[in-house]
Amino acid sequence: MKPIFERGPSLPIRLFFAVLCSVGLMTLDRFTDSSTQLRSYLTATVSPLYYLANLPQAMMSDASEQFMSHQRLLEQNQKLRETLLRQNTQMQRLQFLQQENDKLRSLLGSVPVAESKRLVAEVLAVYSHPFSNQIVLNKGSNDGVVAQQPLIDDLGVLGQIVSVGPTSSRALLISDTTHAISMRVERNGDHVVAEGLGQSDEVRLMHIPHSADIQQGDKLITSGLDGIFPEGYPVAEVVRITRNAQQPFLQVYARPYAQLDRIRYVLLVWPKAKPEIDEQIAPPDAEAAAVAGDF
Amino acid sequence: MEKSHRLILVYLSLMFALVLAVVPLPAIVKLFRPDWPLLVLFYWALALPFRVSIGTAFVTGFLLDVLVGTVLGVNALAYSVIIYFCSAHHLKIRNFSILQQSLVTALFLAFYHYFIFWLSHFLTGVVFTMAYLWPVVTGAAVWPWIFWLLRRIRRQFKIH
Repeated sequence: MKPIFERGPSLPIRLFFAVLCSVGLMTLDRFTDSSTQLRSYLTATVSPLYYLANLPQAMMSDASEQFMSHQRLLEQNQKLRETLLRQNTQMQRLQFLQQENDKLRSLLGSVPVAESKRLVAEVLAVYSHPFSNQIVLNKGSNDGVVAQQPLIDDLGVLGQIVSVGPTSSRALLISDTTHAISMRVERNGDHVVAEGLGQSDEVRLMHIPHSADIQQGDKLITSGLDGIFPEGYPVAEVVRITRNAQQPFLQVYARPYAQLDRIRYVLLVWPKAKPEIDEQIAPPDAEAAAVAGDF
Repeated sequence: MEKSHRLILVYLSLMFALVLAVVPLPAIVKLFRPDWPLLVLFYWALALPFRVSIGTAFVTGFLLDVLVGTVLGVNALAYSVIIYFCSAHHLKIRNFSILQQSLVTALFLAFYHYFIFWLSHFLTGVVFTMAYLWPVVTGAAVWPWIFWLLRRIRRQFKIH
């Protein structure tokens, strides 16, 4: 049954308004700064849908845990205990090294690397469309998550938070086409910047001159220069270098250490508080000047 | 009152399609995921062109933008344009056989993907590979089943 009198405006007019609205939205989202806030509200509104979409997977993993045999549980427990023991021993050594490092750094007059707060979050939704490599996490502003917060896992750097809702947040992965990360080659300390290509297993290093000392297998770690990622975390390994003299720069590709297409749990890292740094910079200033004068 | 009560089923089906669009899947399967919301919208725009049209398409596209994290408005624009063509030709498309409808769906889906690609290329600078077009094939393949399922729902609950 077709209603004759309640048809409203004609199709082209409706289309015109829809086009107008979407073009407005695109400009707002892409070319203004207010979009982060807006996105955060919107993410919060639709977060029940993420929980709903995650339900089958959550139930599956619950079920597989339920039906896991007693024997296997014991084995797993044993293995985990061993790993924990091994890592705790390494931790003791690490604490000692950390103290030593702090002392040496204060002698040199640079800022000691502060321990920062961490939080484990679970991935609610992965969207690895070629046009946007993002994940949604189950922690939000209620847990203290803030925008631009770095995200790591046990293998390497994953990405950074871009919008935050009360119970969920959205993170941009380093493989996204709109993401770039500042890094340093571990072997010689050269600074490089990697941009995402939309593929989970490859990033491209930008603007590497032909004369640069870079080799296949070089380990790339965060440089801390971008002010977002803390220094020293592994990011990627150089896998492919194409030397073509006709190109202005070397074509260098690297594979991220983290497996970006199968993330389940992530670690949120809080950046150090600013005032703390200022405090620590102030006292060793005189010493630093003295050291510099010795040269 | 009753009529609006039944229309809720239309929105529920759209909501369900949106959830399907963000369900976590293994990376290999994900490449072939059909565009569920667009297919469901496509059916409702053909069956109830005076109830489901550009407005609904815009809102669904916008929700998809928020859910999947594309630039806001990209999917909203693409959905509106596609449903515009679909609504304008609904009388013709309705009379096609189911195979022909699948082909038309594939055409619309291909158009949708190219459109999204060009917008994203302009807004964020992405590169095209043919693998992006797999959902066109899978979408056309699942269309007969979606059509059958939604028609059953529409007849069962007498939605018009």
